[in-house]
Amino acid sequence: MTALDTAFAASAVLAVLGGLFAVTTRHVVHAALWLVVALLGVAGALLVLGAELVALVLVLVYVGAVVVLVLFALMLTRAPIGPDRAHAVGPWRAAGAALLGLATAGLLASVLVPLADGTVRRADVSTTQVAGQLFGTWVWPFELLSLLLLAALVGGLAVARGPADDDPATGVRP
Amino acid sequence: MIHLVGPYLLAAALVGLGVAGIAVRRNAVLLLVGVELVLSGGLVLLLTTQATGADRWAAGSVLPLFVITIAAAEVVVALAVVLAVFRLRGSIDLDAASDATDREEAP
Repeated sequence: MTALDTAFAASAVLAVLGGLFAVTTRHVVHAALWLVVALLGVAGALLVLGAELVALVLVLVYVGAVVVLVLFALMLTRAPIGPDRAHAVGPWRAAGAALLGLATAGLLASVLVPLADGTVRRADVSTTQVAGQLFGTWVWPFELLSLLLLAALVGGLAVARGPADDDPATGVRP
Repeated sequence: MIHLVGPYLLAAALVGLGVAGIAVRRNAVLLLVGVELVLSGGLVLLLTTQATGADRWAAGSVLPLFVITIAAAEVVVALAVVLAVFRLRGSIDLDAASDATDREEAP
């Protein structure tokens, strides 16, 4: 049990506890905030594994953008303050979901843990190396990704704006 | 030195938690929380693969960046659809029966 193992275990416990509260809490806003805790734990785990760049991007994009977007969506869909009783699930559904999650985790662990045949050194892939590969080997997927982001931006705007008000043919209003 | 059992167990636990979250939530926005947990489990697995040395063209660092970007795009489109559905039906309950087709046919 080295110092890196201890640091990884601490981050992993933070991530798992955050994820557990994120999926079990009844407060909708708390679920998004516990997701922040879980993602910070994951970022810490990635730091221990030696991927500083990915950890930083994870915090920037997930915590900075995705969680804020989820919080905005919760506000726009009139999420209640306090427990969300309108979307409460029964005990059978909760038990089934927990069973499904446990089965998935157990299946993955039973496949992955036999592959863990020892200790590894901390990866030492420098940011310069990543950038060189990103704009060398991976440049076409990278450019395709910018097109994907543009399509998501335009598509999100087009879908969320809804039908135009001045067009009675398509103006479906409840 | 890091033992590989830790990252593998963390990835399995995160994916399991995410699947449970996807199954249990009825709020369409909170469904995305489970999706994000599943994706972060995949990220941990990719970075662990990099640490084991089976890493060519820095794929263990570049592919997680791609996954994060695609996840951000997916969340944008998913939340746009959720907002459109909320505007149309006034509810984001995933268990509610779909009445969108009836509404369009109704006079």
